[in-house]
Amino acid sequence: MDAINLTMNGRALTARPGQTLLEVALANGIEIPRLCYDPRLTATGACRLCVVEIEGQRGLQTSCTRLVEEGMVVHSDTPAIHRARKATVEMLLSEHDHRCTTCDKDGDGLLQDYAYDYRIEETGLPSIAPSPGEVNYTSGNSAIVYDPSKCVRCQRCVKICDEVQVAHALTMKDRAGNVRVTTGFDVALYDSDCEVCGQCIGTCPTNALYERAAVGKGKAKDLVRTRTTCVYCGVGCQLDLNVNRRTGRIVRVTSPPGVVPNDGNTCVKGRFGMEYVGKDDRLTVPLIRENGTLREATWDEALDLVATRLSTIKKEHGPNALAGFSSAKTPNEDNYVMQKLVRAVFGTNNIDHCARLCHASTVAGLARAFGSGAMTNSIEELRRTPLTFVIGSNTTECHPVIGILIRQAAEAGDTTLIVADPREISLTDHAHLHLQHRPGSDVSLINAMIHVILEEGLEDKAFIEERTEGFEEVRQAVADCTPEVAEKITGVPAGDIRRAARLYAAAPAASIVYSMGITQHTTGTDNVLSLANLAMVTGNVGKECAGVNPLRGQNNVQGSCDMGALPNVYPGYQKVDDPAVRARFEAAWGVPLSGEVGLTVVEIMNAAIDREIRGLYIMGENPMLSDPDINHVREALEALDFLVVQDIFLNETAELADVVLPATSFAERDGTFTNTERRVQRVRKAVRPPGQAREDWRILCDVATRMGYPMNYPDASAVQDEIASLTPSYGGIRYDRIEKVGLQWPCPNRDHPGTKILHRDQFTRGKGKFHPIRFLPPQELPDKDYPFVFTTGRVLEHWHTGTMTRRCEVLDDLVPHGTLELHPSDARKMGVKPGDTVQVVSRRGEIALPANVTKRVAPGTVFLAFHFHEHAANALTIAALDPIAKIPEYKACAVRMTKEV
Amino acid sequence: MAAVVDEEVDFTRAERILKKFEARGPVTRENLIPLLQELQEAYGYLPPAVLRHVSRETGIPASHIHGVVTFYAQFYLEPHGKHTITFCRGTSCHVRGRKKVLGAVESLLGIEDGETTDDMGFSLETVACLGACALAPVMVVDGKYHGKLTPRQAEQIVRRLVEEERRKES
Repeated sequence: MDAINLTMNGRALTARPGQTLLEVALANGIEIPRLCYDPRLTATGACRLCVVEIEGQRGLQTSCTRLVEEGMVVHSDTPAIHRARKATVEMLLSEHDHRCTTCDKDGDGLLQDYAYDYRIEETGLPSIAPSPGEVNYTSGNSAIVYDPSKCVRCQRCVKICDEVQVAHALTMKDRAGNVRVTTGFDVALYDSDCEVCGQCIGTCPTNALYERAAVGKGKAKDLVRTRTTCVYCGVGCQLDLNVNRRTGRIVRVTSPPGVVPNDGNTCVKGRFGMEYVGKDDRLTVPLIRENGTLREATWDEALDLVATRLSTIKKEHGPNALAGFSSAKTPNEDNYVMQKLVRAVFGTNNIDHCARLCHASTVAGLARAFGSGAMTNSIEELRRTPLTFVIGSNTTECHPVIGILIRQAAEAGDTTLIVADPREISLTDHAHLHLQHRPGSDVSLINAMIHVILEEGLEDKAFIEERTEGFEEVRQAVADCTPEVAEKITGVPAGDIRRAARLYAAAPAASIVYSMGITQHTTGTDNVLSLANLAMVTGNVGKECAGVNPLRGQNNVQGSCDMGALPNVYPGYQKVDDPAVRARFEAAWGVPLSGEVGLTVVEIMNAAIDREIRGLYIMGENPMLSDPDINHVREALEALDFLVVQDIFLNETAELADVVLPATSFAERDGTFTNTERRVQRVRKAVRPPGQAREDWRILCDVATRMGYPMNYPDASAVQDEIASLTPSYGGIRYDRIEKVGLQWPCPNRDHPGTKILHRDQFTRGKGKFHPIRFLPPQELPDKDYPFVFTTGRVLEHWHTGTMTRRCEVLDDLVPHGTLELHPSDARKMGVKPGDTVQVVSRRGEIALPANVTKRVAPGTVFLAFHFHEHAANALTIAALDPIAKIPEYKACAVRMTKEV
Repeated sequence: MAAVVDEEVDFTRAERILKKFEARGPVTRENLIPLLQELQEAYGYLPPAVLRHVSRETGIPASHIHGVVTFYAQFYLEPHGKHTITFCRGTSCHVRGRKKVLGAVESLLGIEDGETTDDMGFSLETVACLGACALAPVMVVDGKYHGKLTPRQAEQIVRRLVEEERRKES
């Protein structure tokens, strides 16, 4: 499109068609005052501060709503404009309680700045500000406070809730001087459609909306902002931790528009979930078990004990009697050092981490089909893609900021949304089609879709021919997988399966988004391979807005896998049983290495019970809640000769340890996380660690050194340099290149710009490989004794084992405990009313908890999130494994229930 | 601020009206107002429970409906009198003695601007302008305009209605 020429303040400028005058001004460094403008929102034109003069046109025009036109001559600062703006600010101030003495935004308030700029001392207008403290929709909640006496009615909060968050919780009510922000029918915030993302606070130009806990904890001018990467999910939101320079505490979390990948958006955990960092019960000194209890110790004492005991076990029982659990919560640098410790010092490949429990089947499946086990495309494409097929991902709750992109796209009509999920989730409200299939029936559903596509000739023949191999086997495998057969297995009407297949195949580009609903099955790898088949049949790989996109769970689970915290590969997925690769690592690390593939998480637990594993080093994981069948896990950990736990809290696993080492949280250290779209992003130190807590990698280096293998790096950046030298896909990634925006791997050298879309011209493995997949049912099906399917997942407000989120007041207030979701028809049969306590029993354990009677689940299925130790979902789950990926089947086992009286 | 609680409301009228509207096409934010007007005619006001029902059925967010209902003076969220009497606050009515006319009606009914009689018979309200300056001072009773009123005339009009209601009751 042609550029548009215009003149502003005497400068000749060029603009793109569709840009507003305000956007052009800001892009060219011309400052124009504005209160109701946020680049993420449609223009409002409410505050009247951005007015400009356009030659040949009468009066003043709001620059945020006027589009550029060829030849425009614009003035942004004339005496007339100055007078108009000054009058506007005066009027705004007359309805604003401008007591700056106790205002938290003092020093960062636009209205205050404009009052200063326009030299307004007294308005001369009578104050019509509402009296502070009037009861409103935020009264009494722990997260957000709204003060109408500070509100300028700019509508940014309402619009961000509507247009960006798509929660539609807020509105402006009433008229003229009585206008207020409120929820639908003034219900309390927590009872409304609010998701407590705090986006309204983020966009508020004054102090009208603020974090309740941050009130009085430091004025804007006292807060130092440190840009870092969020520690919760794999989206990798860029956050600014606002630390009070006097108290050294995190006061609030902000994120400016424009940052990649979240554009200033956050979810409830990102904004309200950092309180744990400053909690008094953080681990601050090393602990050693003595006579059955843990006592405080010095670092020297603890490290010596760890080194001695591990060395002894190695000497007496061999290297394979040792194992390490790395952590997807910790940065790449620590994961790299951890796997190096296990491989080069312990001398074994018994290294694994919780990726085994979430996306091992992705890593295995996509590596087989495409050659790379990662999200093929990028997050921002999901806002534009013509069709999104979400299967087994409760995106809005588990990857909230990606969830809002999908919702925006569906609501704007830009994307056709198909959701396959056994539960009704937020996305199903926005979906054009919801396929409510039974847990564990994914292969049947996907095969039937492929069947329809082939039957109706909707496949991409050229793509199949040129880019793939093995198609014939798949054609044969799906030949008898008609939608009618699938209807019996999945419970989804055959007509809906046909519609889904046609929509998916017809879209010019279609993106598959999936998560643990696909991976956490004994058929997890099969499920992933089926999705790869579906994408390849329609040519939806290697192009914009398409692909197969696993949303990775943990903040750094992609990175932990990339770093080789897996028993079969070194960093960069280089196989340990490949002699050439091994030789390279032996040369780099200067020791002989084992070529024997190590054990996975669940196998290590089993080996501990069999006394084959004697010593275990756990960094930043809590298997006592996160692993399947936790009674079995306890037995395993208690059978060990020596257990080291390195963590930030004394969690359920640390309570069983022989030595507990205090580590820093993400806010107290430098490093990198790799998000779900393969983007390597900086983590930065914002606050001082508590007590004697130290960075994980430094502790690991000390252990290695004391075990006779000196390891030492001056800082985290030096670890990254070593990673780059041994990991081809990270070859060009250095801290100086990712200061502002992270790089997406593969990034093989220092000049490489990173890779947005994988498999563009050819697949990583050359040709895409089809795999014929046959449907297999879950390992444990409901029967007479255990008639219900039990499935697990997460809720928006909590993270995994709750160690962090349950220490945050807002999150704990929102969801203080777990509830068992069951369908009204099942509840009726059992005589269970909402809130009644139900006892849930599987073949492995039992728990009791309150019932949540809801149509979100299908009849015969019950659901529980796994965050809660007092009724741990994993007391019930089965440790049945996918034969290839060794991922446990969290998503389906059989239970029975009784109402507790 | 009193949070509005769901009261026992009969949805059948709302459902009939919704069906009628949906027969013409999807009910969206854009054609919400006529629907609200018809609901108010059926219920005498807009019970929040009915509006929440409308929100669930149409997918229009409750927040949006609330914003619209509170923006327009014509919508009532609380039970409203059977008869609505409206006075004009405009300049013409003001100079032609609206205050006295209004005062006469206020003392007859025993309520002030913005109030409803205890028996839910009458609601009294004023608006910025009724757009009938030539007839000032103006009073509108249940949509019917009465112009060039003296306090006595206005009182008589309302008194007739009051007596009519009494007769109906007995």
